Amino acid sequence: MIYVYIAVMAGVTYLIRAVPLTVFRKKIENRFVQSFLYYVPYACLTAMTVPGIFYATRSPISAAAGAAAAVALAFRGKGLLTVAAGACAAVFLAEQILICL
Amino acid sequence: MMNIQEFRKGLGDGVPIAAGYLSVSFSFGIMVLNGGLSIFQGALMSLTNMTSAGQFAGLQVIIAGGTLLEMALTQLIINLRYALMSLSLSQKLSEGVTFRQRLVIAFANTDEIFAAAMSRGKSLTFSYMIGLQLLPILGWTSGTMLGAAASGLMPPVLGSALNVALYGMFIAVVTPAARRSRPVLFAAALAAALSCLFYYVPALKSVSSGTAIILATVAASAAAAVLFPIKEEGGGEA
Repeated sequence: MIYVYIAVMAGVTYLIRAVPLTVFRKKIENRFVQSFLYYVPYACLTAMTVPGIFYATRSPISAAAGAAAAVALAFRGKGLLTVAAGACAAVFLAEQILICL
Repeated sequence: MMNIQEFRKGLGDGVPIAAGYLSVSFSFGIMVLNGGLSIFQGALMSLTNMTSAGQFAGLQVIIAGGTLLEMALTQLIINLRYALMSLSLSQKLSEGVTFRQRLVIAFANTDEIFAAAMSRGKSLTFSYMIGLQLLPILGWTSGTMLGAAASGLMPPVLGSALNVALYGMFIAVVTPAARRSRPVLFAAALAAALSCLFYYVPALKSVSSGTAIILATVAASAAAAVLFPIKEEGGGEA
């Protein structure tokens, strides 16, 4: 069953990429559609992050520390890897402190 | 016809992307194993999908035992941005690129590869695009395998910390854009609020996580598009 899931994922994702590159090559004129597509990545990434991130670690407190570190680093314009590493480090440190308490 | 010089140029431009992918997919590999999938299944998913957010959401649908329709819809919504990128890319391919070659190039048109391709001054050849995609595909797939293989060996405290890596990447994409643009901040905040609604309100708890992501994304994006329509084409935000 897992392979069927993977096949559906791969198929849909490929078609999204391939159709506009081969058959449908016209520009999108509709302003609402343009705007909608512009906002989708941000809305989608945020919907996946909140509240999911708070249950990704062994404690919501350490997860909150990771999220805060990520937002702070990203706010200062740090790159993807720095932000991701900073989030991991904050979770690690927070869990060390939680264990000691 | 392969042009070796163009191919090499593509390979070189793909190195930094591949390095980034290796580390991100490492954390995805950990999630794959935590979710009960095998190393091979994780690697296959990465090799055939080449998308971080899409795979992450797909993995959640698999873990939750969602329907295939839900899976297809989740992928469609989350990966819809690639359609825009492919449209832009198709304008920039050189005349000589054939239909079949376009079918090949489409396979790994990721956010980062698209950005690298578009930043190249001249029109894009098939040889360059193949070179550009090759190492990132290898990096993304092998990173997933390494992460999955390593997760069994890792102490739980390290695994717990690495679990937030992918979320950190998502935050790194959204935060700078939300800082620059109020409408993006609005869309993100609304999506977060709706997502929490589905998670915490008892009556909505039966909605699966994949469907919740779709509904929150569509509602927030549509609201932002109505309230804050973008001026020209939204290209270049990748």
